[in-house]
Amino acid sequence: MTESKEELSFEQAMDQLEDLVEKLETGEVPLEKAIQYYQEGMKLSKVCNEKLGNVEKQMQQIMNEHGEFEPFSIQEEDS
Amino acid sequence: MNDQYLTVTALTKYIKRKLSSDQHLKNVWLRGEISNFKHHSRGHMYLSLKDEQARIQAVMFAGNNRNLKFTPENGMNVLVRGEINVYEPMGQYQLYIQDMQPDGIGALYLAFEQLKEKLGKEGLFSVERKKAIPTYPNHIAVITSPTGAAVRDVLTTIKRRYPIVPVSILPVLVQGDRAPFSIVRAIEYANEKLDADVLIVGRGGGSIEDLWAFNEEVVARAIANSRIPVISAVGHETDTTISDFVADIRAATPTGAAELAVPSIIELQEQIQSLKHRIRRAMETKQTSERQRLFRLEKSYAFKYPEQLMKQKEQDLDRLLERLSKQMVIHHEQRREKVSNLQNRLFVQGPGAQIKEGRHRLQSNTKQLHARFEDVRNAKRDQFRVNLEKLSLLNPLEIMKRGYAIPFSEKGEVIKKVSQVKKGSNLSLKMHGGSVDCNVLDVEEDKHDRE
Repeated sequence: MTESKEELSFEQAMDQLEDLVEKLETGEVPLEKAIQYYQEGMKLSKVCNEKLGNVEKQMQQIMNEHGEFEPFSIQEEDS
Repeated sequence: MNDQYLTVTALTKYIKRKLSSDQHLKNVWLRGEISNFKHHSRGHMYLSLKDEQARIQAVMFAGNNRNLKFTPENGMNVLVRGEINVYEPMGQYQLYIQDMQPDGIGALYLAFEQLKEKLGKEGLFSVERKKAIPTYPNHIAVITSPTGAAVRDVLTTIKRRYPIVPVSILPVLVQGDRAPFSIVRAIEYANEKLDADVLIVGRGGGSIEDLWAFNEEVVARAIANSRIPVISAVGHETDTTISDFVADIRAATPTGAAELAVPSIIELQEQIQSLKHRIRRAMETKQTSERQRLFRLEKSYAFKYPEQLMKQKEQDLDRLLERLSKQMVIHHEQRREKVSNLQNRLFVQGPGAQIKEGRHRLQSNTKQLHARFEDVRNAKRDQFRVNLEKLSLLNPLEIMKRGYAIPFSEKGEVIKKVSQVKKGSNLSLKMHGGSVDCNVLDVEEDKHDRE
């Protein structure tokens, strides 16, 4: 579980994080498990935050007449 | 004479039946101007529709006019759909309006309604067909004009809300004759070539003619066939196109489409923050409660006076051991009893009796066998003796005992006739006890035996 953090999608990481929080909140988890959940939860929240912060420079592209994609940016007209 | 006159009711009923049987009058699409409009307090609308030369009485019941998007007025040109029927009390044929739209768009409106009805019947708008939009999309494709306000609204909204998702724009013509084909091709391209998981298809506002490409059947079908979920965003809030009905979600505006397509990163970050907070608090609660438990345990009676606990346990153990050994004895006895019981049953059921009876039968059979054998032997011996006696009766030597003798010639042949004997010859007589040699003194033949 810990090894494959990098391959988790954002959705999976969020789901797992929510799941851990809910489990821990029931209070019925043995202490060792609780510590493990807590550590995993902290890692997952870090992963989620990183994924959200992962803004690449060029995220928007447009297909040109030749069927190739090229960077696209909005021409801000003054209005 | 009297019979030639009909009642008014009969005639009216006849006319009503004539009109009702005409299929064309069941579904009439009509254009006209409203006059004599009256909205009755109970909700029904009464009006006339007219043109330069004619007019027709019409009624639109509350159930049908409840969803009208405009308020009819005198002098307004409208397009209506309804059914012709006769209102008997007034002897009036009239139009029962089911649907009404303001005129001004004419043929386009008709085409729209007719295509909507057709695709609706095919089930293309049904809720079961709608695909879910992913919560966190990985790649969004936008099919629209690259120059309009729509593309800008979509891109800025996505960038503001969720800047981490890549967006690919597939530029298309959004109005004019070539627009439908251009849009269809882009939808197909996205499905075949791109790994997009959401499609936004649309354009900014305009007249109904401007938006018309999104009412074309080919476009509607391309959207319906799209494997990738489609968000439609055509025009403004009030504009609804066939594409909107077919799409998986309809957005009121291009900005709205972008908002539906992506979550807000700020909200997500807040959500993660809150999850983090909750997990931390849950962990603290857990620690506190475990600590309290430990504290309680340390203070407990058992911890404070452990030897008391031991003593009691010792006693418990003794009691248990005693019960155990008692139980063992009882158990043992029960077993033994059961075994002897079984042995008895086995003995009763055993083959001893059969063996005894068998032996009995064997003895009696043997005795019988001996007896039979003895009988047979006696019978055979008796028979043998009889046979022996019979045999001895036939023995010539035995006959000689009774006084017979057999004469033999000198040559040793048995003499059977007198004629074989000559006077003066010698014969030998064999008889019981030996033989006698004799000399024949005379031969006398019996006369009647001569020949």
